[in-house]
Amino acid sequence: MKEIIKTEHLAYTYPGVDDTPGVSVFEDMNLTVEEGSFTAVLGANGCGKSTLAKHFNSILLPTGGKVYVCGIDTSFEDRIMTVRRNVGMVFQNPDNQIVANVVEEDVAFGPENLGIASPEIRQRVDKALKQVGMYEYREHAPNLLSGGQKQRIAIAGVIAMEPKCIVLDEPTAMLDPRGRREVIETIGRLNREKKITVVLITHHMDEAAKADRVVVLHKGKVAADGTPKQVFSQVELLHSIGLAAPEPVELCYALNQAGFQLPLDRLDPEECARCLYETAAHSKA
Amino acid sequence: MLKDITLGQYFPGNSPIHRLDPRTKLIMLVVYIVALFMAGSWISYGVMLVFLVAVVKISTIPPKSIIRGMKPLVMILVFTGVLNLFFTQDGRVLVEFGIFTVTTGGLKRAVFMVARILMLIAGTFLLTYTTSPISLTDGLESLMNPLKKIGVPVHELSMMMCIALRFIPILIEETDKIMSAQKARGADFENGSLMERAKALIPVLVPLFISAFRRADELATAMECRCYQGGEGRTKMKLLHYHRNDMTAFCLGAGVIALVGVLSAFGL
Repeated sequence: MKEIIKTEHLAYTYPGVDDTPGVSVFEDMNLTVEEGSFTAVLGANGCGKSTLAKHFNSILLPTGGKVYVCGIDTSFEDRIMTVRRNVGMVFQNPDNQIVANVVEEDVAFGPENLGIASPEIRQRVDKALKQVGMYEYREHAPNLLSGGQKQRIAIAGVIAMEPKCIVLDEPTAMLDPRGRREVIETIGRLNREKKITVVLITHHMDEAAKADRVVVLHKGKVAADGTPKQVFSQVELLHSIGLAAPEPVELCYALNQAGFQLPLDRLDPEECARCLYETAAHSKA
Repeated sequence: MLKDITLGQYFPGNSPIHRLDPRTKLIMLVVYIVALFMAGSWISYGVMLVFLVAVVKISTIPPKSIIRGMKPLVMILVFTGVLNLFFTQDGRVLVEFGIFTVTTGGLKRAVFMVARILMLIAGTFLLTYTTSPISLTDGLESLMNPLKKIGVPVHELSMMMCIALRFIPILIEETDKIMSAQKARGADFENGSLMERAKALIPVLVPLFISAFRRADELATAMECRCYQGGEGRTKMKLLHYHRNDMTAFCLGAGVIALVGVLSAFGL
């Protein structure tokens, strides 16, 4: 698999104000994201997840080490636009990233900036809106839509630029459960059907469980990296850095503490229920 | 209470007026205003009124909503009317009481001035009622494009206007939220003298400004992420085109202004 994002010994220190020393976030971060993958980045508050995301499209430039996007060094001033065109970014608050007061005009904003010809912008906008399931709202005002719908508009605005990768920085943090489901389903579909690489930064375990790879950050370092099953079965490690495993795993873990011998890689509630049922049936017999 | 503030209200529709190019409508509004100021007789005002009524009719905008929009201006209208009525002294004296005299000239002038303001506002309302804010900004940007040559930041201005329009409802909602939060902690916005009420607003304005700056910062980052680098090299999804209807409108506008011009030249 080809790698799309690669950090090499990435170091970043937020500049200090006046005489106060800066805050160092990373000292030596090495991470690669493969093309077409769905990676979730987890971590407690202040572990550097958002800072990392901002390095993926040159919003922040490393103070040490390198970040490569599609093989391009992000610190090259004149390649910034190529980097940003390939890595789209969706932020937490949908209201603060929608520019225009008509849905389709907002989706057109990115392609317009790229200087694409008008008929093609029209096509891309229609396609992007259909992909996120918001086509029938194309002439609506964004402020009359729900949070989940607004976030899908923001995603459409990014995919209309046809990036290879989308980085989502806690896109569901401000949404209700329904909006969260809508957004996560949309992201999953884009990854499966359009083969867009997704980097999802989140603190919801159940969202991370849907990814193919989970990276756990702690104090600017990778604390765990692997498939969701591999990562979430390390319950003690997660607890030690202030995170919790998905609920089914937590349940099995608690039962194991009480003397059971349950596997810790049942992330899906259904799967977990079946496992519990079988254990119960077995112990009865 | 803040919910019912409407700025540049737009009534979506599909009338020939709605479909006109925004540039046509802007130019026509200017022509219309010039014609209004040229009009100086019953006949020319009549022509303008017929024109206005015809346009309202075609636009399918309910006349009621235009009239409703004028309510806040009643004071200005009364003021203008009264001033003109008493301070114009020519023609036959109609009524005389104390130091005030009402003459036929004064009466005529007062009626004309009030009619002029009313028709001016009705025309402007027609523009904002039939044109979406975004196409209005597009039209303005394209009309002001020649000013770029003398260094006017046309694209930046229209971008700012567009973003301002987008954030008005968001900031209104936010103000409402902050005010509710302050009320829940015992703030009083309704009672007290004007000074006290103005002071009570400070704790609302401070968080509102802070949040507006935070939003602006986030929006700027989001815009940069979407490759925004100013107007240079930017294209548009919707290009503005003049159609046959626009030509008809221009001819009509030229006709009306010519008619009013000729009428006023003959002192009618």
